[in-house]
Order: sequence, then structure tokens, then C-alpha cells
Amino acid sequence: MPTAFNEKISQTLGNQKLQLALYAGTGRLVEHRKHAVAEERLPEYQELRSHANALKKHTIEHLDHYLEQLEANVQAHGGQVIWCRDAAEVSDFVLDLAKRRQARLIVKSKSMTTEEIDLNERLEHHGLEAVETDLGEYIIQLRGERPYHIVAPALHLTRYDVADIFQEKLGIPNETVIEKQTMIARSVLREKFLAADIGITGANFLIADSGAVVLVENEGNARLTTTAPKIHIAVAGIEKIIPRAQDLGVFLKLLGRSATGQPLTVYTSFLSGARREGEIDGPDEFYLVLLDNGRTKLLADPDKRESLYCIRCGACLNICPVYRKIGGHSFPWIYSGPIGAIITPQFLGIQHTPALPFASSLCGACAEVCPVKIDIPKVLLDLRAGVKEGPGKAKSDWLERLGFHAFAWLMCHPKAYALMGRFSRLAPLLNIGPLRAWRSQRDLPAMPAKSFRQLWKERG
Amino acid sequence: MSARVSLFVTCVVDQVFPNVGMAMAGVLERLGYAVDFPEAQTCCGQPAFNSGYREDARRVARHFLDVFEGADYIVAASGSCTSMVSHHFAELFPHDPVLRARAEAMAPKTFEFSSFLTEVAQAEDFGARFDQVVTYHDSCHALRDLKIKEGPRRLLRGVAGLELREMDAAEECCGFGGTFSVKFPGVSGGMARTKIESILKTGASTVVSIDSSCLMQLQGAISRAGLPVRTMHLAEVLASR
Ligand code: SF4
Repeated sequence: MPTAFNEKISQTLGNQKLQLALYAGTGRLVEHRKHAVAEERLPEYQELRSHANALKKHTIEHLDHYLEQLEANVQAHGGQVIWCRDAAEVSDFVLDLAKRRQARLIVKSKSMTTEEIDLNERLEHHGLEAVETDLGEYIIQLRGERPYHIVAPALHLTRYDVADIFQEKLGIPNETVIEKQTMIARSVLREKFLAADIGITGANFLIADSGAVVLVENEGNARLTTTAPKIHIAVAGIEKIIPRAQDLGVFLKLLGRSATGQPLTVYTSFLSGARREGEIDGPDEFYLVLLDNGRTKLLADPDKRESLYCIRCGACLNICPVYRKIGGHSFPWIYSGPIGAIITPQFLGIQHTPALPFASSLCGACAEVCPVKIDIPKVLLDLRAGVKEGPGKAKSDWLERLGFHAFAWLMCHPKAYALMGRFSRLAPLLNIGPLRAWRSQRDLPAMPAKSFRQLWKERG
Repeated sequence: MSARVSLFVTCVVDQVFPNVGMAMAGVLERLGYAVDFPEAQTCCGQPAFNSGYREDARRVARHFLDVFEGADYIVAASGSCTSMVSHHFAELFPHDPVLRARAEAMAPKTFEFSSFLTEVAQAEDFGARFDQVVTYHDSCHALRDLKIKEGPRRLLRGVAGLELREMDAAEECCGFGGTFSVKFPGVSGGMARTKIESILKTGASTVVSIDSSCLMQLQGAISRAGLPVRTMHLAEVLASR
């Protein structure tokens, strides 16, 4: 019985146009990254990765301490920290604030954390208008879609797809020139920025010792989101924190390069609270929403908590040969690719996505490019063991389980194994189960008349 | 020098590609090693480990430790199986100090075939001749777990008549991934075809690897597409005359 996951995979594999866009889009990002971190351009790359890993490890292991420090510093700048356990608590807070301030229009800059909690849908459900202002996010919002990729949300679309949606939603006929498309979006969004009551952003980093929120971006829309409206709300997962302002350099050097091959993104904004006396810009009110939404569950698991080190650069998606075939929308949640495969089961519960950790050849390309050195294949293997041997193991796996028990028994009994080997010469005659799956794509190897052990014996 | 080498041919080579094992033995014997084949050997247990069945994997690993305990060197016909023994066996026994210690003691004497040649034997000349254009496929676990990259290429360049041409996707996975290949056959097959496109671009007649499982995957897809490319294990090339 094909699952939703398998169904979406087949759809993506069968869509030739999408396959080309996907392979080309990720391929470009792979090349850019490779160029940017090459030995001659960034000789300290490996040291930076180790340093970033050590910083993340330290921070995650002392998260409570740094979160308290962060809260105190945000408050000292006149901001407020809102602790939220889950999606509902975030939307309740925003809705309540909007009501009190009679706000209607919200501009948003790209944030996977707000995607994670369906914030737009929740706000729109209550009559608010939430507009995405990052170009890619804007396009997919028009299409009523979810981001295809954590860094490049519209990676799956060509400029012709964009022309189609602009025609349908904005009534602008047949504009296929990318620069002109950008200008169209810009003029629509400018109006929104000017009229918006609230700006909502994510956060790339939260600095504990200064209370600053750091945002990196290329379009300037995040900067406008944080300064044009009277109210700025930053929504961030609790793992986004780093201890000191001086630690930021390590991450900034890695993030842009790993994501798009840029030594630094076009804009890096440091936001510490609302506008103060005598300052000319900044919002009147600033709120930092710190979201748990399952993160503390990961924190409690020493074997897999490194999953929280992620800085959402997207490098593991681009290099992943599986992501490059099945794309972002095949994944059950908004986090796709290797990082999605390890955090989705941990956030949502493994019983909801038991197939996900198995959708990998364990090639390890992800771990090789990860700027914070998350050992993704190791976490996948741990998750697999959890699915098959953990408390919630599925009854429906009984045949497979039996198969592996038989395999292990056979491999511990060399005589039986050798005998079985003789029968395996008949495998090409069968077309069931795994053999059938194999043959759906490939030919079976011609089975030799004799095994190695037979040849070796005959050789004497 | 007649150090003793114990072959671990792997279950795939034993049952499907016996000539790879014979070639490997031949190359090692020519270098003067006393080669033995512990007959009780079977598999490293990786299929169970990668599929989440650690208890089954532990059972097979324990058998492997028993079989190869006394070996001076263990030389394996696969990067992936070598990595299972040298990188994952110890992980399998977090709460069993005795087995863990045995696994840890086995790791440093377990070598993938090409790295045994380059690091231990430090041999260059095998008297091999192979008049073909060849491209080399980096198998993932050899490349990323064992850091094997240059060694096999150096060995290939030393073969008379052989021209080595790099493909652009040398480091990309072939899509095998053990049970992944049958759990997600469409994705796995697609990955193989992408890899094959890159192989074809080089104009090579032969794709060489140090992992027979990758070659089984590639050969299967090449044969399905009816393409004039063949796959060979490095040992077979080094044994060619
Ligand atoms: S897991 Fe690593 S490579 Fe993947 S998005 Fe996160 S930081 Fe980037």
C-alpha cells in the first residue's frame, strides 16, 4: 500500500520539468558553496567548522543559563521576551497583541520557525492579513504552497511558473523576465510595508550577552520588516542562541558560504530592542518570542541532541542525492532534506514518520558539508534503531523482523550460510519482494556457478 | 616478508562476485603475503545495522569477532564493510566493555583492500596491464568514513595501458544504500542513472570501484539501459594481464 510519502516521491520522480529545475537549482548552490569554502579562499574552513560545533555543543548543554542571560539583556533594552511552548501559544500572543493595538496587516520576512507553527494560517484564520516579503516566500504564498527548501523556498519554480502565478493572482500578463518580476513584487510589497502594523521575523542568531537578534538576508526585506511597522516580533526557536557577540563571526563566516556561497549575505542586521530616546529608527515595541515546540524533548536525548545545532544553511539539502530526486514537498513537514529527516521524527514523534529515517542511502554527503558538523547519518541510524527496536515498534514490521532474525542466525552458522548460498543461485528465477523492487529499476547480476568459498576450496 | 593476511571477502563477493575475491588473493600473494580465508566468515552485519536491527547486527558482529580474532591483518573487499568493522562495531557494544574492547582491538588491523596495498604493503607495481579508458567511482563509506580518495587512483594510474578519466560526479552516491535500494527503488534507480550519465560523459569503457555493492547497483542499471560500459572491482583490474 503506497503511503502519502511514497506517493509524493513518485509524483516528483515522474515530473520531468521539476526534476530538471531541482537538479539544476541544487547543483548551482552546490557549486557556489564548493567555490566559497575552497582551500585557497577559506583555508581555515575546517577549523571554523570544529569551532562552530564546539560552540553549539557548549551552548546546547548550557541552554538554560544562556536563555536566562538573553532574557535579562532583551529586557534591559526595553524588549519583552515571550516564552511559548507551542504553536497555539505563539498565535495567541500575536492575536492578542494585534487586537490590543488594532492591527490588521502583518508583514513577514522569511522564517522557517513561523512556517513550523503555521503562523500565517493561524493569523489569517482570525481575519489578519500576513504577507510574506521575501521574494521566494511571496511567490509561494501566492501559490498557496509551503517552502520547497529551507533557504530557497521557490527552488522548484522556473520564471515561467512565476509569470503564471503573477498573471493569475496579480493580473499581470506574461512577464517572464526575472528582473521585472522582482520589480513587480517589490512595488506590491512596498505598499504593504508602508501600511503594515506589525512586522514578524525569525532570527538567525540570538546573542545571550548582548540581547541582540541577528538577521541575515539578501533582499533588505527583513530590515524593512523590523523598522517600518511600529511593532516588531521576532519568533525564534530556543536553540538559536549563541553565548557571546564575539562568537558570531564564526557562524557568519560559515552561514553565507554554506547556504549560497556568499562570504557574507547582503544584509546582516543586529537588532537590540525598540527605538530608544533620540534614535531615529526602529519599532516602538519589540517582542522576542522564544519557542520550544518540541525542542526540549530533543535536548533531553544526549545521543541525538546535536540535531539542535543546525543553523539552517540548507547545504545538506543541496548536496543530498535523495533530496535532489524527491524534492522538498515529498517530505512530511516543512523541514526537508537530511536535516528534515532527522528533526521531523524527533519533533513530531517517530510513529508519525517511521519511513523517513530510511529514505537515505547513508552516503554521508550531508555530514561532510554541514558547517556545524552534525553527524546526520549517525542520527539517522539511531532513529532507525528506534523505529525497529524502540518501545513503539510497529507490528506490521513482523515479516521484516523475522527476515533479519533469520539473516542473523544464518550469518552465525557458516555451514547453513554456505548451503543457503547454493540456493541463492536460483534467486534470478524469483520475482518477489525485494527482488521485484530491485528489478523494477535494474537487472540482477548474473549469478556465478560457484561461490568464492567453493572456488577457494577447489584451488586447495 | 611473509606476513599473514586474512581475507574478508564479504558476503556479496562470496556469493555474487567470487572472481573479485580470487583476484584480491592473487594480488596479495604476488606481493608475498600468506593469504588465508577463514572459512567460518559470513557477513559484517551491516544490512541489519543499517536497517535498525541492532540486536541482530550485534549477533553477526560477535560472530565476526570470533572468526577473525587471531588475524594479523584483515583485508576486506569493500570499503563499506571495512567501515562497519572499524567504525561501527565498537558502537554496537556501548554497555559491554569486553566486546567493545575486542571490537576496538580489531579496528586497526582491518583494512580495505586498496588501502592495505597503499598503506601497509606500500606496493606500486603489480605487473598489471589493462588497455582501457577507466573512470573511478568513489564509494561513499570508503570516501567519507575511511577517507580513501587518492590511493585507488594512484593504483589505477600505475596499471600499464590504462587511462584514468575523472567523472564530474565521482563523489556522488550510486544510490545503492543496502535495503534503501529496495525500500525506495525509484529514488535509488534515479540516483544510479544520474551517476551513469556522469560516467558516460567521460567516454570510459569501464567503471572501477572498491565496493562490489555499488558496482552491482551500477551494473544493474547499465545493463537495464543497454549501455556499453562494464563495471570492475579494483582487484580485478590489478590482476589483469
Ligand atoms: S544540518 Fe547542517 S548542513 Fe543541514 S541545514 Fe543544518 S547546518 Fe546546514
